Amino acid sequence: MASSEYVLSERFEISCTDFSKAGTISTKIKEILQEIGIESSIIRRTAIASYEAEMNVVMYANSGRIILNITPEKLHLQLEDDGPGIDDIEKAMQEGFSTATDKMREMGFGAGMGLPNIKRNADRFEISSIPGEGTSLDIIFYLNKTGHQ
Amino acid sequence: MNQYFHSIKIDTEKCDGRMKCMRICPTQAIRVRNGKAKIIEEKCIDCGECITACPNDAIIPQTDPFGELAKFKHTVALPSPGLQAQFGKEILPKRIIGSLKKLGFDDAFDLSLTCGEISFAIQEYLREYTGPRPLISIACPTVVRLVQVKYPALIDQLIPIDLPREVAARELKKKKSKKLGLKENEIGIFYLTPCPAKMISIKQPAEKGRSYLDGAISISDIYGPLLSALENVKKETYRKDLEDICILGMGWAMVGGICRTLRLKNALAVSGLGEIIKVFDDIETGKLRNIDFIEAYSCPQGCVGGSLTVENIYTSHNKILKLIETLEYEQIKACPDIREVRKLYKQNYFFINGKFEPRPIKPLDKNLAKAIKKRKKKEDIYESLPKIDCGVCGAPTCLTFAEDVVRGEAKQTDCIFNLPQKFAKLSKELSELLDKSVSLHSIRANIDKAQNKKE
Repeated sequence: MASSEYVLSERFEISCTDFSKAGTISTKIKEILQEIGIESSIIRRTAIASYEAEMNVVMYANSGRIILNITPEKLHLQLEDDGPGIDDIEKAMQEGFSTATDKMREMGFGAGMGLPNIKRNADRFEISSIPGEGTSLDIIFYLNKTGHQ
Repeated sequence: MNQYFHSIKIDTEKCDGRMKCMRICPTQAIRVRNGKAKIIEEKCIDCGECITACPNDAIIPQTDPFGELAKFKHTVALPSPGLQAQFGKEILPKRIIGSLKKLGFDDAFDLSLTCGEISFAIQEYLREYTGPRPLISIACPTVVRLVQVKYPALIDQLIPIDLPREVAARELKKKKSKKLGLKENEIGIFYLTPCPAKMISIKQPAEKGRSYLDGAISISDIYGPLLSALENVKKETYRKDLEDICILGMGWAMVGGICRTLRLKNALAVSGLGEIIKVFDDIETGKLRNIDFIEAYSCPQGCVGGSLTVENIYTSHNKILKLIETLEYEQIKACPDIREVRKLYKQNYFFINGKFEPRPIKPLDKNLAKAIKKRKKKEDIYESLPKIDCGVCGAPTCLTFAEDVVRGEAKQTDCIFNLPQKFAKLSKELSELLDKSVSLHSIRANIDKAQNKKE
């Protein structure tokens, strides 16, 4: 366990009512990562994953948050929401599967690429969900190359 | 020695520290120290916003003076399509070229055909490319710098097709040195530029290769002499001159012009740095991955809006638009032969020399653990600040001030809002110290006596 002064922890509440703000947390996270000098390829993967995750919360839930934890070894994005939950996680992880409404599709979402895209960009990805209660994601990126397996 | 070349310099004699530049700078690259503005070299992307903001004209674009021509045995003027936009369809490229030759250049070369070749080459590159999208035009050097500094993850999305002025200068040097029996460095090729940012791509190309141009002269410097050198032309000649114009080339003067003249369907055109930043944020999150091409210019409306142009930017935008519309209506193309362009494309004729390298802003610390620690300290400092971005400390915002403090470039006491609190704390400590000191008790008693008497 890293000593706490080397752990950067930030908590962002996702605004689920204001679509115009969607994506702003991903941008904030990117700025933090740039400031502390994370490698640009990892920043890019993090930006894509956090944006997809943030958009899922905005579209499906009433409230949710992203918790960012960074140690010199790894970057951890934790997402929690109070959305409808996912009935069949295996199915949800398939490319092209989506439960998006027509309205979401009109806005350019719902291609069924969100979760698979997060998984593809992350070094480790875990998802758990209770239907009717919500979903939580753990998205992990390793920062030193040795831990990159 | 500065690591980076910049196209602007601050005249410290003229600067009186009014902070207009500091507040307008989109990358927070200016600080005011000891009453004078100072540019943080690694953060500056040469957009030129500060030049226009300065009330004292203390920020000076570093273009070349006319006198530079004397250094060469043979000189060529290469006008930016932005120069054409100053005149629109009233005065056509051929007439401008003719007049430039009377101003002291040995020759002048119209770029529109080369611009057309590059437009076609971009089209080829878009067709072949399979990596992450959208691809980003490199026409604006400030946009390239912005990607290098703030969006290093997008660096491979910059189109590695060289700029029309570079390709033209390269070929002109080759041809002219043979024809005139001169060495290439005896031929001086000068770009007539609408903005100072083009200077950086000449003095320090982003891809770390070398530029084929020898300098840049401001359009605003040449506009007056050019006007008086213009000759009248007959109507018949006008029609012929019009038919010689490559429409693709005219597109390079304004934002959206490349997309329009190439008829790209799946492309976006953006201008103004604030807007570009919003769009680039969206590219980075993958939101725009279905777009093929982004044409972005730091100046509003594209090169027509450059800070070294003369005409009102909306007027010149309108002028170039009218010329394009006329060419479209008259179905005048005069474009390069696409088969020829494809042949040259395969021979790497159009590609840049070298590779774009990221130039990310220095992190808070090289060591990640220390950087994390400093970032936390920065947050703590920021929390102690008034967050009104008054700028009195010399930094544009409280947040940048906090960053300067952790980087060791400013002291926390530079914030005037912290001073009264500090003063109160110190005076309390002092009075406590006085209370503790036995030898001072008698003095203290005398002070109290004196005060009682007054009352």
